Amino acid sequence: MADKQATREAYGQVLLELGEKYDNLVVMDADLSGSTKTGVFKKAFPDRFFNMGIAEQDLMGAAAGLASSGKIVCASTFAMFAAGRAFEVIRNSIGYTHLNVKICATHAGITVGPDGASHQTFEDLALMRTIPGMTVLNPSDGNSAKELIRQAVAFDGPCYIRLGRASVPQFYGEAPDIKIGRGNLLREGKDVTIVATGILVSSAMEAAESLKADGIDARVIDIHTLKPIDEEILIRAAEETGAVVTAEEHSVIGGLGSAAAEVLSAKAPVKMGFVGQLDTFGESGEPDELLAKYHMTAADITAKVKEVLGK
Amino acid sequence: MEINELEKTAAAIRVTIIKSIHAAGSGHPGGSLSAADIITALYFEIMNIDPQDPKMKDRDKFVLSKGHANPAQYAALAERGYFPKEDVMTLRKLGSKFQGHPNMNYVPGIEMSTGSLGQGFSTTVGMALAYKMDKSTGRIYTMLGDGEMQEGIVWEAAMAAAHYGLDNLTAFVDWNGLQIDGRNDDVMKVAPIADKFTAFGWHVISINGHNMKQILAAADEAKHTKGQPTVIIAKTIKGKGVSFMEDQAGWHGKAPNDDECAQAIRELGGEQ
Repeated sequence: MADKQATREAYGQVLLELGEKYDNLVVMDADLSGSTKTGVFKKAFPDRFFNMGIAEQDLMGAAAGLASSGKIVCASTFAMFAAGRAFEVIRNSIGYTHLNVKICATHAGITVGPDGASHQTFEDLALMRTIPGMTVLNPSDGNSAKELIRQAVAFDGPCYIRLGRASVPQFYGEAPDIKIGRGNLLREGKDVTIVATGILVSSAMEAAESLKADGIDARVIDIHTLKPIDEEILIRAAEETGAVVTAEEHSVIGGLGSAAAEVLSAKAPVKMGFVGQLDTFGESGEPDELLAKYHMTAADITAKVKEVLGK
Repeated sequence: MEINELEKTAAAIRVTIIKSIHAAGSGHPGGSLSAADIITALYFEIMNIDPQDPKMKDRDKFVLSKGHANPAQYAALAERGYFPKEDVMTLRKLGSKFQGHPNMNYVPGIEMSTGSLGQGFSTTVGMALAYKMDKSTGRIYTMLGDGEMQEGIVWEAAMAAAHYGLDNLTAFVDWNGLQIDGRNDDVMKVAPIADKFTAFGWHVISINGHNMKQILAAADEAKHTKGQPTVIIAKTIKGKGVSFMEDQAGWHGKAPNDDECAQAIRELGGEQ
């Protein structure tokens, strides 16, 4: 087991396995196959790979056409241009039709790094979450990414899978107990719950560990499925710990924080805090520098927990 | 079907278009009437389809990329026996499967949900790729409006179709010259359409879109064109067949009132 892996690397690896398993699996890209790692599939299954050029709208439209013809389609490009530029094509031709397209969007969030603000998307989870019938996944490490992609390809319907550029710690095992739609309780705790998604799950675990020193017993939950969200695990956490802090590499507007608040404000209101990109654009820099500058580190989660608990 | 029978069928389809839009109280008669002859030719002569088995393997598929002309498609599917004609009279009503723009999951014979311009065309690139992969004998047909060609996705799809040599794909352009805000030439010039598609690597045929003989001959030429997709640029008249609607941008998206409906049906030789 590798200590660190980018979720996009895991995507490339699992595509090979899935290509063997499903002879109707088709992979599409928009001139980024080296970066998204679909190039790995292209090499193994050249007849089932289509490069659509730098044309993300047509990528999604053609994906819908292939899916309507009985293919399972994994369509990849950077998250900014998948969820952002092609949003309305996804909404009408993949969402409204409920077609079997898995949008595997890489280079999400601020950890895309030096490419800067034009390529750093903080809006994709919010956008995808608003589409009826769309399953929205945000794996936290390579192993969970592989398992979630396996499960996504196994069901019939549209799915958005958020993947990252940067290598992140691998903390799920090779065969993780993980299921679409079910949150994962990673750490028990009774004073507060940190609900995290994507690459901030490992930061949440770090934060929980450091909070011990302050006498705060923090629960940690991985919400890898933003939609349909596991309401039960959130409600139980709120009722048992009395406070919830969310953490995501995404805008605090519309992502995990909003999704959790939608559930909890109605069914188990507790004090909440939100760690994520604060209504601002990013900039060029290394991933770690950017996470620090834009307040999405373990230390930021720790500080937010203390603020919410008034300590 | 003989040419004169096709023409009669097209007239019957035009009557259903008028009646269903009148019953709905809204809809798009102009572009439905301009598209009616081509859509009739597709469903009654050109395409290999079976109304009893709408999902037949290797069937030909038609995607109406200019989805707002779907009264013409609904009328043709009903005339062809996919469902009773009376059903179409629920067009645009709450709870009807005959939505204001086509939904593939509600209506048999509809191959793709369309309405947002340009996207239907893009999906046909995927359908044609899938048929190529499967070595299918089926062919993919689509129809675009002229104003629709102002959408960027159309040219992304046109580039991809030529790049992949999709000779199983045939696109009709319903070139009636008008869009909501007026003439294409005034709103946003789309001409020269033929030169654009030629430059994109398509085989181009230009016809009169109300001449059945020309429509069938062009479809046949497309079928025999190898290595590249074909576009059939069909010069049409918006509102064709109803005197007061012909070549009037104002009839793009407006339902006829009772008197206008009666007159239109009379002109088309239909039963009131």
